Amino acid sequence: MHNMTLSELTAGLRDKQFSSVELTQAFLSRIDQHQDLNAFITVNDETALQQAQAADQLISAGNAGPLAGIPIAQKDIFCTLGTKTSCGSKMLDNFIAPYNATVVDNFNRAGAVMLGKLNMDEFAMGSSNENSFYGPVRNPWDTDCVPGGSSGGSAVAVAARLAPAATGTDTGGSIRQPAALCGITGLKPTYGRVSRYGMIAYASSLDQGGPMARSAEDAALLMQVMAGFDPKDSTSVEQAVPDYSACLNDSLQGLKIGLPKQFFSSALNSQMAAAIQAAVDEYRKLGAEVKEVDMPNLELAIPAYYVIASAECSSNLSRYDGVRFGYRCQNPEDLTDLYTRSRGEAFGAEVKRRILMGTYALSAGYYDAYYLKAQQVRRLISDDFKRALSEVDVLMGPVTPSTAFRIGEKTSDPIQMYLEDIYTIAINLAGLPAMSIPAGFVEGMPVGLQVIGNYFSEAKLLNIGHRYQQATDWHLQVPKGFE
Amino acid sequence: MSLTANDVTKIAHLARLGIAEQDIDNYAKDLSGILDLMTQMGQLDTSGVTPMAHPLDQMQRLREDIVTETDQREHFQAIAPQTEAGLYLVPKVID
Repeated sequence: MHNMTLSELTAGLRDKQFSSVELTQAFLSRIDQHQDLNAFITVNDETALQQAQAADQLISAGNAGPLAGIPIAQKDIFCTLGTKTSCGSKMLDNFIAPYNATVVDNFNRAGAVMLGKLNMDEFAMGSSNENSFYGPVRNPWDTDCVPGGSSGGSAVAVAARLAPAATGTDTGGSIRQPAALCGITGLKPTYGRVSRYGMIAYASSLDQGGPMARSAEDAALLMQVMAGFDPKDSTSVEQAVPDYSACLNDSLQGLKIGLPKQFFSSALNSQMAAAIQAAVDEYRKLGAEVKEVDMPNLELAIPAYYVIASAECSSNLSRYDGVRFGYRCQNPEDLTDLYTRSRGEAFGAEVKRRILMGTYALSAGYYDAYYLKAQQVRRLISDDFKRALSEVDVLMGPVTPSTAFRIGEKTSDPIQMYLEDIYTIAINLAGLPAMSIPAGFVEGMPVGLQVIGNYFSEAKLLNIGHRYQQATDWHLQVPKGFE
Repeated sequence: MSLTANDVTKIAHLARLGIAEQDIDNYAKDLSGILDLMTQMGQLDTSGVTPMAHPLDQMQRLREDIVTETDQREHFQAIAPQTEAGLYLVPKVID
């Protein structure tokens, strides 16, 4: 059962080949068997089985939702009523959210079963999942390697078949980079397409939730449930949600693909470049036309991102003060000591670096030089994308400069870690949708192809991913020991 | 551009963020490196470019000024570190 697609699972449940309780039990036992991957922070044995039972009754009665009885797992950044929501931090290790994120409500309404909450970099800050209070997650393709981050637990749960599908969030690459390093399909939607309500904030003008799955076809089914206008999110976009599965099989004849020349510089490992070129050649065979495009300001995406994201983070994370919820230090001397020590004791090193950096960038005398400048660079990068996407339908390139690196390899140098996101970050600055799909292997480790589309072109991206997955079988490869 | 240990202490105070004495030099080194990276933006002439605060340049949505939330004080305070008589408790601020 654990290798079936979401459509196959839905059909199996409907035709009574297995029940949701059996399906849920099968995944719970796989989660138990592979605890060493450290993909889950919380496993909901009891409530998952209750949800499965309820789903079985609805399926029998014939009025089940679109994902009725399908087990999924949520990144631990989405608030879940009654279940711990830690965001990978000691700060929220005792936090039971008093409400559900809209994304969680949407999955509940669709009848999905929640297996548990997935490990992640603390407050979604990181590219290796090594910044989690709950310890690093291991990549099933090589357990000495990182799975990427920040949605590392999500990528591993899907790649190792511990869940048929999962949710992730992407502020600078946190869906696409782990999807690439673990050989799964991940979609970061257009900013505002999926509600941020109840999704713990890191950098509010960049954060976006999205699906992580084994194929574009499965991702389309998840998107259908996740996307939509939400009055509770003030930047949610009021625009109709298309049928994401309707045009999966559309022909790619005449599709115009642009390859940003800045994506293929010497920073890209040559074997990676060859894998990406091979994937682009596959698209040529499917009828696409390919041309090079120039995006001169792309190289400044990393500095602009780290100013904007750190600034927004320092502001968002000021809510963790030890007063109303979350960690509080022992025996505070006075109010300042309560704030300072609660935050000092409960935040990890990377979160502290970004709070300090953001506080500095926003402080009097430096605002124009850093924050304002970064917002201007952001505009120029966004204009580069607008120009490129007026010439071509989509852009393609790598997701990461190399395959998964070893646990501990980059932890001593934060800048080396930041450069991991060199191909993903600019997309968040522009607010565009982008997808990572498996496109081969280099020395046994998965390589991801990034496909970037225009605003609200998620259905097109999924179509482009699906056609490739009909022609190739990279996405069907399973890491050894997890078949 | 480099930050001194003294700068880090000042910024940490602004952020009400406790940093262990022995870690300050390390933060100063890391933050100086990150600042160098950020300074790369200086090479680009951005005069006259409108800052981009939001990816879709949309306006903040307004809603009717009506009560939409119900009173859930007990529910919310159930996860608070310390409360009394419906109030959040903190160390004494005024003598």
